[in-house]
Formats: sequence, structure tokens, C-alpha cells
Amino acid sequence: MTETATKELQAKEKMEAAPPAEQTKPGKVFTPAVDIFETEKELTLLADLPGVKTEHLTIDLSDDVLTLVGEVKPFEGPDEEDLLIEYEVGTYYRQFTLSELIDQNKIDAQLNDGVLRLHLPKVEKATPRKITVKAG
Amino acid sequence: MIVRRFNIPTVGWRSAFEDLERTRRDMDRMFHHVLGRAYRPETAGVFPLINLTENKDNYFVRAELPGLKAEGLNISATGRNLILSGERKISFKGDDANYHRRERGAGSFNRIIALPGDIEVDQVEAGLVDGVLTVTIPKAEAAKPKQITVK
Repeated sequence: MTETATKELQAKEKMEAAPPAEQTKPGKVFTPAVDIFETEKELTLLADLPGVKTEHLTIDLSDDVLTLVGEVKPFEGPDEEDLLIEYEVGTYYRQFTLSELIDQNKIDAQLNDGVLRLHLPKVEKATPRKITVKAG
Repeated sequence: MIVRRFNIPTVGWRSAFEDLERTRRDMDRMFHHVLGRAYRPETAGVFPLINLTENKDNYFVRAELPGLKAEGLNISATGRNLILSGERKISFKGDDANYHRRERGAGSFNRIIALPGDIEVDQVEAGLVDGVLTVTIPKAEAAKPKQITVK
């Protein structure tokens, strides 16, 4: 199940996202990195959302559009002064249009160590019925 | 005749970039002044990207390491340096899966961070919550700011 990676990780700056509408709250909006893969039965989405707590994550699926919003609280204590800032925190936001029909009741989401794992099972297709033609 | 020398730096022709570098630092300082916080500098280009802050007693190093478990992380402190190393593994779905997106990276990392002051090497603490690493590094007694009373 797990892949042993030996290559070196590259430093990647967070990508700022264009929010869907103007924000009422101040702060930056970032695009989280995701992996999406599909099997015959389901679609799985993995998203890196470091610093997002379960209660601050919203997953919404309506009209085939999947929306992920995760809010991150500022990390600093009130008495801290910045010496070196290489990354910033803000809201994670990303939207996807799903082409497959998803069984909404079976969606399963887990958030562990800042990684969201979202299972989106496809709607089971009606089993093809064989029609026998009777000779009459 | 008295010639007052202002603080003119003695710039030679050793490096034409020295001047540029100085201008860049001046700009950074100006932004810092205007924005009231560190203007986003270029990063060191080494994974993970870190934020270094301080208060009176501690330095704080923070890094975003989603999906990393405490076992996958090595932190050591020597002298004024903090070393972060580890490996990020990401789960891999079997061969029957087809990828739509593959943006998350996996691999190993090694980073050394030079802290601006002396630290208590034995009292460094680290916590990993929701994929965010926070290392609390107590400053050495000599590096802490001292209140000086005027008599």
C-alpha cells in the first residue's frame, strides 16, 4: 500500500488561489495539493491541508461540484516576533467538477495529520437485464 | 579645511552585485517598516519551508508537514543549528487505480537551520499537530534580553 520514496522533496511555495467571490474575512487563500484517483467503484481524493482542524473543514457536493474549504488559524503566539517567514497560512480552497455520479450517502471523509482522504463511491449502475425474446 | 565624511561605504569594484544586494536589503527593511512584519523574503529553497519566530525566552521553528508521523521525523540540535530530516511517504493505490491528479510529493528531506543566537540544546521540544511541526527552542541564558536598570 505504501510507496517507499527515495527522491528528495523539493521546496514548493504555496499557490495562491483566486477565491470564488470576494472574501469578507481578511487573509490569503491557497490551493491545496491534491491526488485524485479513480477505480471502477469509487473516486478517492487526497488533499494536503496542514493546520486544518476537523471542525474548520467544509466539504460540499452539490450539482456535481465538489468544494473544499479549510480554514487555518494563525500559528503564532501573541508575543512572538517574526525572524524568517517562508510560508504563510490562510484558507485552503478548491473546487472540482465531477463527471461521474456519486452516491452522496456513502461519501466518507477522514482528516488525519493534515491530510484529507475523501472517498466518493460511484452510483451503482443498474445491472443490465437480459431480455429473452420468446418465440410466439 | 575640515571635510566631514558622511557614512559613505567604501565600495570597491570587488563585486558589482554587492551594491545590488545592499539595495535589496534596504528594500526589505523598508517593506518591513511599512508592513510591520517581515516582508516575504525569498525562501532558502530547501524542503520544508519554515517560519522562524522568537519571543523573550524561545525561538520557534514551524513547518508544514502534512501526513508525516512523528516516527518519520528526526530533529537534532547542535550548537546554534537545528537539523530537520525525515521522509514523507504517501499511500499508493494499487494498479487498478488511474490518476486524475498527482500533485502531492513524497520523498526525503534534510534541512539545517542556523539560529541567530545561542540555544539550550538539551531543552528543545517538538510537537506535530494536524501536519504542522512546531519546535520550541529555549534561548541560552546569555542570549535572552536583559533589562538594565538605570541608577
